[in-house]
Order: sequence, then C-alpha cells, then structure tokens
Amino acid sequence: MTDDVILQVKDLKAYFKLDEGLLKAVDGVSFDLRKGETLGIVGESGSGKSVTNLAIMRLIPSPPGRIAGGEVMFMGKDILTLDDEEVRKIRGNKISMIFQDPMTCLNPFMRISTQMIETIILHQGLDKVAAKVKAIEMLKLAGIPAPEKRIDQYPHQFSGGMRQRVMIAMALSCEPEILIADEPTTALDVTIQAQILELIKELSSRLGTAVILITHSLGVVAGMCDAICVMYAGRIVERGSADEIFSDPKHPYTQGLIKSVPRLDRTNTQRLYSIPGQPPNVINLPDCCPFFPRCERAMDVCKTKYPKIAELGPKRNVACWLYGEGK
Amino acid sequence: MANTTNGNLLEVTGLKMHFPYHTGSLWTKKKGYIYAVDGVDLSIKKGETLGLVGESGCGKSTTLRAVSQLYRPTAGSVLLKGQELTTATPTEVLKARKDMQIVFQDPYASLNPRMTTSDIVAEPLRIFTKARILSLSKTEIDERVEQLLERVGLSRFFKNRYPHEFSGGQRQRIGIARALALKPDLMLCDEPVSALDVSIQSQILNLFKDLQEEFGLTYLFIAHDLAVIQYISNRIAVMYLGVIVELSNSAELYQKPLHPYTQALLSAAPIPDPAVERKRQRIILTGDVPSPDKVRTSCYFYDRCSKRMDKCSKSIPRLRDAGSGHQVACYLYNDPE
Repeated sequence: MTDDVILQVKDLKAYFKLDEGLLKAVDGVSFDLRKGETLGIVGESGSGKSVTNLAIMRLIPSPPGRIAGGEVMFMGKDILTLDDEEVRKIRGNKISMIFQDPMTCLNPFMRISTQMIETIILHQGLDKVAAKVKAIEMLKLAGIPAPEKRIDQYPHQFSGGMRQRVMIAMALSCEPEILIADEPTTALDVTIQAQILELIKELSSRLGTAVILITHSLGVVAGMCDAICVMYAGRIVERGSADEIFSDPKHPYTQGLIKSVPRLDRTNTQRLYSIPGQPPNVINLPDCCPFFPRCERAMDVCKTKYPKIAELGPKRNVACWLYGEGK
Repeated sequence: MANTTNGNLLEVTGLKMHFPYHTGSLWTKKKGYIYAVDGVDLSIKKGETLGLVGESGCGKSTTLRAVSQLYRPTAGSVLLKGQELTTATPTEVLKARKDMQIVFQDPYASLNPRMTTSDIVAEPLRIFTKARILSLSKTEIDERVEQLLERVGLSRFFKNRYPHEFSGGQRQRIGIARALALKPDLMLCDEPVSALDVSIQSQILNLFKDLQEEFGLTYLFIAHDLAVIQYISNRIAVMYLGVIVELSNSAELYQKPLHPYTQALLSAAPIPDPAVERKRQRIILTGDVPSPDKVRTSCYFYDRCSKRMDKCSKSIPRLRDAGSGHQVACYLYNDPE
C-alpha cells in the first residue's frame, strides 16, 4: 500500500438474500482512493454504486443483506472486521457521507443547530458553545447566508439547494479524510447543481478531503473527477483517469454510454446511438459477462466466463475479453 | 376542422394559471395565489417539436396541463386546430383530446397497476367508442392494441402482463402506445425521459423521433435536461417563474443565447467531456428561484440577474423579436415601451 492511498477496497462483495434468489448487488469490487483525489463511480440504477459505498461504511441492512467478502483498508485497519464501536468513530468523523435527498437525511423535528452540534461534540470533544461556533463557521463556509440566524431553524425552512449545503457543512464539520457523495445533485436543478458541485470542489480542495462521487450523470463526473470507475451489474467494468475514460473508452458498455448521451456543445443532427436491450436483472446472474446480450462485439467466450481484468496501464484497467489475455 | 390559424396546430395566447391558497389560522385567514403560469404565448406548427425547458417550479408542467384542459386555465386562450378549448364544454374537450394526447413523466405512477398492458393501451379506444366518437369492434380494438405494442418495441406476447412486470423504459413504451392509440396530431410530453437511465433514455428519444416521422406527429416536449431538449426540438422556449423569457430555433438558442437566464442555464449544464469542462467559464447564479406567490411588477429574473438595470425593476419586459424570429424578454435588447 503506497503512502498516498488512504482507502483501499479489495474484492468487496455485498449480497442480499431475497425470496426470488440471491442478489449479488456488489460482486468483487476493487479500487483505491488517493489523498485529495476525487473518484467518480458512474453507472445506471441497480449497478451497485450506492451499495458499494454503504458497504464501505458498514451500513448494509442485515438481514437481508450481508457483506460476503473482501477488505476495506482505511488507515491500516480493515473496516469490515472492526467492532461497531470502532466503526462509529470512523463514520461521520473520518469518513462522512452526503445523500441524494437532503430532506430525508435531516431530522425534520430537530433544529439544524442541534443536529450539527451533536456530531461535533461526539467526535471532536468540544463543549456546546465551542461546537456551535464551529457549526456556524461551517455553515458560512458552505455559503449559507446569515448562518447565525439560520442555524436555529428547522430543515423545512430551507430550500433543496440550501439543505444540501447544510448536509455538506455537517459532513465536513469533523474535517473527514473522505467524503462520500451519493448522487448529491440528482434532486436539484441544473443551476443549483452547478452551485453545489462548485462548493464540493472548493471545500474538498481547501480541506484536503478525498471525495468519492457517485452519480449516473456522465456530465457531472467529467467536470469533477480525477479518476472514474464505471460499474455494470455489480462490478467495475472499466477504470481510468477522467481523460482516458472519455477520450479513449475501452469497454463496449462505456463506449455505448458515452455515445448515447446528447451533448450541448454539438449540433445533434445525427441520430443518437442507443445501447439495445435492458440492464440485466442481477438476481441469480450466471457467471458470464453480464453485458454480452447487449454487446455488439460479444464473442463465444463472453457467454461462458466473466472476463479477467486486463491491466492496460497504471490505474487503467478493463474487464472485457477484447483486451489482455482473452484477446 | 381545417380552419387552422396561420398553419399553426396549436396557438396559446396569454395563458394564465393561478392557484388559490389559504394560510394562517381560522382568525387570521389570508388568501393568496400561486402564479404558476403568468401569461404564456406560444404556437406550434404541424410536424414541429417545440421544447419547453426550465427548472422545477417554473410552470412547464402546469402550462402543459392547462393546454390539455386537465386544469381549466384562469385566463388566456388555447386554440387547437382553430377550436377554442378554454370555453369548450366537457364533451367538446373530450372530442378535442382525440387530437391531443399526453405522455407523462413517471412511468410508475401513470399506469394503473391493476390493469393489464392491453387494457391500458385499449382504454382510450374503449372510452371513445363508448362516447360514440369512434366506432370500433372488440376485435378491431384488439388488433390495434397489438399493432401499437409492436410499433413501440414491445412484443404482443406481453399484452396480458401487468405494469410491475416491466422495467422503467418498457413502461414508458406502454405510455407512448396509449398516447398513440387515438392517432393524435399533437402529443404533449411531460418529461417523458427524465426518470430513465442513460442507455434507455436514448432508446426512447429515438422512438419519439421515429414516430414523429412515421405519423407526422407534433410534439410539445418538456424536459429539464438541456441536451435532451436540443436533440429533440426544432424550436425551444425557456421558462422562468411562469413566463417564457426566450424563444428561438434550437441551433440559434445554443449558439447565441440572449437572455441572462438562458446564458446561466446553458453554462451550468455539464458536458460529458473533461477537456471541454476544464476550459468552460461557468456563470454561477446566486440564490434560489423566488416563490411565485407575488404579483410581479419587475422583470421575473430581476432578483438573480447579474446584468440588471434600473429599468428592469420598474416594468416587466415582454417577449420581443430580436431578429430572425429569435424572441427574448429582456431590456438589454429592447427598451421599455
């Protein structure tokens, strides 16, 4: 493990036991996150992006879910083997999270001040007065006007964008090493989205926080991320720097995805490309490449075995039989 | 009904939709209005796609519902094929709906979970047969339903299944088949691709384009995704706080946006290319969209505009031609009258 890697995920598996069968929501995901880096995880709904990050935080509801294997190394320890007390010390303190819908994440019966101060007192050991000063300072950083007044209000008195700012202020109040942002702007309008993304970018670089950004929007990752993982049916199918992924995508799924998004800066006179078929149902998925029924370049081997990960360069790999040994 | 006005299939003028609300307790009761749509003019030619774009709460969906008479508008006129709908009787509105169908945003909420696919698609045909506007036999309806399902890319073997057995994209196809059933001229599409995944979204967008070519359909297409709107539309209207602030053909709007709001909106939309993103200059708007519960006397965008002037606070700029059919409601381009 090199020095600047702060989080290393190895072969992470999270399964859910359902009436219909075994749902392998995350099936062998590996990646690492460097200090100060912004890593994007892109994929469509059901691809396992959110479950990956819930598993990292040990937030998988059990039953029906369980972490079926793998390691999450953070500061020399495997989060998956820690006891609950130790995990609580990391959660919200060293690694914090913001979610898609800021209304359901804030307690509607508690003032913003109570919710923010609680975290700060718990993790930083400050007294109530100092914690409130710190909370106000964080709200100010997050661009909330008149934070001294706003802090005593309830969540419903804030707009969607403002609530997401409160969430960010809260998440960063303990100066975490890692911020996990799960679709932070999906519920927001495009002008508010631009504000929030700018804020995450600015605060994370100021505080030196590494960010894992989960999103389905290719536009958002293109503007925000250093490195990108593309997920499909519970696995990472391609990984590379943002430039590599967008200028030279290797996996047929990534290629199709990029071609099927209409772009503002081009006159879209041509017909849009579209990937045929539907995303697979991940319940009882056989051990083949899950993309082969939709793939234009599918070969016989794709129908029988999951592709080996082909290393194409440093931090650049792809899970497809077109590359590496399988070629 | 061939008396279309100036070749326009749909003509909307001065459309207003105000919703009353009450606040306060029993003793301090106050009445107010939400000015959801506050004077919208638009027209659509046959075979054209007009895109309506704007942020949530700007009145896009309300406009669509007022046009289709799901809401009876507070004021204004809606002419479909030259027929006034705002004063029409319910029977006349029902007849008009044969020419005007809606595709809704949420493919989960807009299909009845207790009806099979074939019942859902056949429902408009049955209603119009019962109202004696169409005369179709049972077998004719069945045949038509099968044709429709195949046309939108669903096998007819699916016709006895229920909506929960389908994915989001397939459900949206059912919704489209239902809207097509009456062979309408105008399709009102209320964010039909917003709830779909990227790879499915492009399938459905292409389906809309193919159907337009095949049946000569006219679309009023709502979306909040600017790239989607650009792909599908011939002309685009940008809405803000219940009014249209800019209206132009699609290529021109993206190359030369005039209204400060359109400029900000376009610059805020992410482009999926890191090389382009690094070079872009963003106009970041401050603050949120104000609540539409006040009567406006200034420009609707005044509170958030970076180029606001004194005159913008004194009167409301109206939509005016700024050359070659590009209309904008802003005093940067025309003076108050």
